[in-house]
Amino acid sequence: MNYQLNHLRELEAESIYVLREVAAQFEKPVLMFSGGKDSILMVHLAMKAFHPAKIPFTLLHVDTGHNFDETIAYRDNLVAKLGAKLVVGSVQEAIDSGMVREEKGFNASRNGLQTAVLLNELEKGKYDAAMGGARRDEEKARAKERFFSHRDEFGQWDPKNQRPELWNIFNGKKQFGEHFRIFPISNWTELDVWQYLAMEEVELPSLYFAHKRKVFKRDGTLLADSPVIQKRPTEEVFETMVRCRTIGDITCTGVWESDADNLEKIIQEVSTTRMTERGGRTDDKRSETSMEDRKKKGYF
Amino acid sequence: MKGQAVSDSKNQLMDNIDQSTELLRFTTAGSVDDGKSTLIGRLLYDSKSIFEDQYEAIKATSERRGEEGVNLALLTDGLKAEREQGITIDVAYRYFATPKRKFIIADTPGHIEYTRNMVTGASTANVALILIDARNGIVEQTRRHAFISSLLQIPHLVVCINKMDLVDYSEDVYNSIKEEFSQFSSKLDVKDVHFIPISALMGDNVVDRSDKTPWYDGTTLMYYLENVHIGSDHNFIDCRFPVQHVIRPYKDEFHDYRGYAGRIAGGIFKKGDEVMILPSGFTTKIAKIETYDGEIAEAYPPMSVTMLLEDDLDLSRGGMIVRENNVPDIEQDIEAMICWFSDKPLTPRGKYGILHTSQDARCIVKEIRYKLNINTLHRDEEDESINMNDIARVVLRTTKPLFTDAYRKNRITGSFVLVDEATNNTVGAGMII
Repeated sequence: MNYQLNHLRELEAESIYVLREVAAQFEKPVLMFSGGKDSILMVHLAMKAFHPAKIPFTLLHVDTGHNFDETIAYRDNLVAKLGAKLVVGSVQEAIDSGMVREEKGFNASRNGLQTAVLLNELEKGKYDAAMGGARRDEEKARAKERFFSHRDEFGQWDPKNQRPELWNIFNGKKQFGEHFRIFPISNWTELDVWQYLAMEEVELPSLYFAHKRKVFKRDGTLLADSPVIQKRPTEEVFETMVRCRTIGDITCTGVWESDADNLEKIIQEVSTTRMTERGGRTDDKRSETSMEDRKKKGYF
Repeated sequence: MKGQAVSDSKNQLMDNIDQSTELLRFTTAGSVDDGKSTLIGRLLYDSKSIFEDQYEAIKATSERRGEEGVNLALLTDGLKAEREQGITIDVAYRYFATPKRKFIIADTPGHIEYTRNMVTGASTANVALILIDARNGIVEQTRRHAFISSLLQIPHLVVCINKMDLVDYSEDVYNSIKEEFSQFSSKLDVKDVHFIPISALMGDNVVDRSDKTPWYDGTTLMYYLENVHIGSDHNFIDCRFPVQHVIRPYKDEFHDYRGYAGRIAGGIFKKGDEVMILPSGFTTKIAKIETYDGEIAEAYPPMSVTMLLEDDLDLSRGGMIVRENNVPDIEQDIEAMICWFSDKPLTPRGKYGILHTSQDARCIVKEIRYKLNINTLHRDEEDESINMNDIARVVLRTTKPLFTDAYRKNRITGSFVLVDEATNNTVGAGMII
């Protein structure tokens, strides 16, 4: 008998351990659900961690209102299947009520507005821990993130003053009003996620698979044609086979030309691709440190 | 639209995912001058873990700075705050994979003021990678890295003698550094040490064998990382199962279900095993070991499972399932080496929170036995001022018994952290003796 877990099972065991720590250490944790593959993975791991009981977390979706239709359909279906509670924080409502102001122009994005809505929802729901599907391999500011990331009463991240995290001991102690951001899948890479989702036969939104879509090109990135994106007269719409590598707000999530229409082809593509998955995210491209700056303010 | 079914090509697909790919965690310690960033950049680049957009970005930066060639060290460039100060503040985690293994690098800064980061990075590592500049030989920092690796019981140590290109790939230089390091490390508790002459900048012996070191008949660094035996790094002897969480479904079909959820910290548990539960000391049998995917016959580290017991006993978070004839130390007086993390010094006779496995207790620092100079290994029994990055041997008294093993025997049940009760910050890490 060989007592050795393969890398996917070891990552799974680690994430389940973290999810159980969250359930044990916090009173009202919430799981951030965006409809993307990383949050789908988190939900799947949570289901495994607490089986046969239900997931002991509320799901929270910060909805920019600029979604791919497929995302919402998938979300509602999953929530019904799990019997979980879903809370939706709406960026549209925040704009309508004057809490935040919408950006204008060609590259307008509601990405930055999500932070205010997220912090508002956390406060309203009195959640003391919010779990996100961020991974350390995604982006350089995330490479230094902890599993348990302490936030002050303003939701701010202080990269210079993080709690050291040793062995598998997670310190979730906090003052009243403070909360934690928790990243159970910190150690997974994009390829790990795909391999695992394939191994576990997890149902995924159709957006991840190659499909025909009307797109246009901006700054070298393909964007889906949508009524919520203002196009320049020179930006021509054409139809081609594409798929999403990340799923976020439709206005800033690039799509990739691809003919990978099943998991095997996706894994093949991911393992040979020469571009990072966030390479298509225009929100990251605003400056070299845009992720770090957003994180300090309370973004995921 | 409905999600896509996946099962059709599943079998073929799973053949492509090698089921035996292991996960290896290693820590690198060193300063910028040692070529650590260059080495990591080289490993990522040569294993094709660098993406085109990343490569283009560092190429542009290298050109802008007027550097010759592409500076691979820029790949590990971190936060704005760090770039402004030209230093690494914190542990950064990096990932790459080869067909054989998946690697997690805990990249830690090497300066003395960052001992706490090295300790953090070392706590989960299978392998420590120590870099030595061939021109300078063993310096204070090398000794510090080696000592921390032994203190944290990293099972394997690989010493990379770097910048061999700058000493004409001299075998004599390599041998004398190797000799000096071996003499020093014989005083430490390290089990498995390897030496490799490399040039991270030129790529010699990193991924590809160098033709410039014909006198060296060992392996390349990558070959070592891919093949070092890590199967015995966990403790498979002493059964330890700290209970993390009790699963109670409150559903009709699971009326009396009580599942003890946790991660195996040591030993191999089997269905039907006679076990003892702590703190009560009652004995019972394992009725079932479950995961979401069904019942399993045995469980071993580092698996996360749920155990069901034959008898209904009082057991909850903080408790532990062990074997009757092999119990951990049940102790309120804990003797340990600690590393201090806080800019507020340790208070002798001070009270702190202590987190150990799934236990949460309080403790008082009863005694400071000595402070250790990590460069000379000198023990100072008079000095009781324990400041940030200091290492000391202490005696603690806890409010309730902890179920511990010596850290040498088990890195999970032998470790704890100390928490400041006013700020809730993690202020110290301890290894039980």
